[in-house]
Amino acid sequence: MTPGLRRWVFLAGMAGLAAFYLWGLHGLPGFGRYPGPYGDLINRIAVSQTNATGVVSAVNFEYRGFDTLGEEFILFAAATGVATVLRRLRGEREGSAEDEAAGRDVPPTSDAVRQVALLLTGPALVMGWYLASHAQTSPSGGFQGGVVLATAFILIYLAGQFLAFERFSPVDVTDAVEAVGAGGFAAIGLAGVAMGLSFLTNFLGLGTIPGAVSSSGTIALISFFVGMEVAAAFVLIVSEMLDQALLLRATGPGGRSR
Amino acid sequence: MTLAVVTPYTVPAGLMDVLQAVLLVLVALGATAVVLTRAPVRQVIVLSVYGLLLALLFLAFQAPDVTLSELTVGAIVLPLLLLLGLAKVRSREK
Amino acid sequence: MHIFPFIVVVWILAVGLYGVVTSRHLMHLIMCLIVVQSSTYVLLLAVGYRTGAVAPYFFDVPVHTPAVDPVVQALTLTDVVVEAAVTALLLAFAIQAHKRFGTLDPQQLVQLKG
Repeated sequence: MTPGLRRWVFLAGMAGLAAFYLWGLHGLPGFGRYPGPYGDLINRIAVSQTNATGVVSAVNFEYRGFDTLGEEFILFAAATGVATVLRRLRGEREGSAEDEAAGRDVPPTSDAVRQVALLLTGPALVMGWYLASHAQTSPSGGFQGGVVLATAFILIYLAGQFLAFERFSPVDVTDAVEAVGAGGFAAIGLAGVAMGLSFLTNFLGLGTIPGAVSSSGTIALISFFVGMEVAAAFVLIVSEMLDQALLLRATGPGGRSR
Repeated sequence: MTLAVVTPYTVPAGLMDVLQAVLLVLVALGATAVVLTRAPVRQVIVLSVYGLLLALLFLAFQAPDVTLSELTVGAIVLPLLLLLGLAKVRSREK
Repeated sequence: MHIFPFIVVVWILAVGLYGVVTSRHLMHLIMCLIVVQSSTYVLLLAVGYRTGAVAPYFFDVPVHTPAVDPVVQALTLTDVVVEAAVTALLLAFAIQAHKRFGTLDPQQLVQLKG
């Protein structure tokens, strides 16, 4: 099938799909006229039921906690998949970071990039920690806080060299942290079962002030574990890709490296 | 439905409509630009700008949590991973 | 303004799919997939929006203020982070395909050899 023919077949199919899609969307109540009872119901009762003023995080970790557990395991499986697919194949050798750094001639990182990255690493760590631990008060939560924490480690790589990044986040420690994060979420759910309640029940005390850091029971705890897991998963993915780009060298015929 | 309670964050409804319409047009143009840029390295930069525009659109849709997620993921982590992949592919083609 | 966001959603989907179908480079294809995924985020948030409402956070506004739907925001929030990890997995496959076949052109990668 030539590219031109493929383009015309696609345009014909896409016209039909777009027509059906728009016809379906036309049946919605229109933009800005949200009618549904579910959202209003949750907004009304969430603060009094869970003592959490961040309703989105309450939905994520309390009312819909089981789905979030599933999505977190998708993340875990994707990180494991990246580590498996990017393994060292037969016919490649992995140089150590010091040897590879000596033989490369790349332009040195500019001073502006290094200084800005150094200045931003500390605030990024603090911001990620704040976001991961305040899920129930304001727009924060485990997922965002975890990604900001991973960004702090990436800034270490940008400010310095790959050697520094490798020293700050060795693969074994990152793997262990990710496993603790994913397992901790499941363990909180199983702790509910061990007490005779159903899986993922909010069994800790709800606190007195809605929106305080110590309120809302297991929501804050689950958000903390999710933050740990997301940060470790992204650091693992980035370090695997960096290993691929910088360390793994193919050995040509005769063992010479290309 | 008119708003009965005026909070410190309420802007006139017409102004919010205009802001959302402008951001929607910018997002549509950004998506077209991402697809029509064929050189991969240039496309990564355009993708990063597109992530920023999407984050602004989500903010105009009153969703600050989603803004935080999209900003960190779409404008920083994904372009970094794509650039690392491109570096690996290019170093093998030399 | 009642159907304009949905027209933009369909446009982003169509443009992204066009990029996927007529792509000549696997990295370009992955970035067009990212664009297709982003159309679903816009759709989810547009469905839950209410004119004149505030974000569903009640630590400084009283509880009965009209707010937008929090359930679709929870869906989109986890969706954004998880699909980034799945895109990283796609990237890993592209790198290994380049090692194996020497090319990143999807129209030349059609034959799967054992």
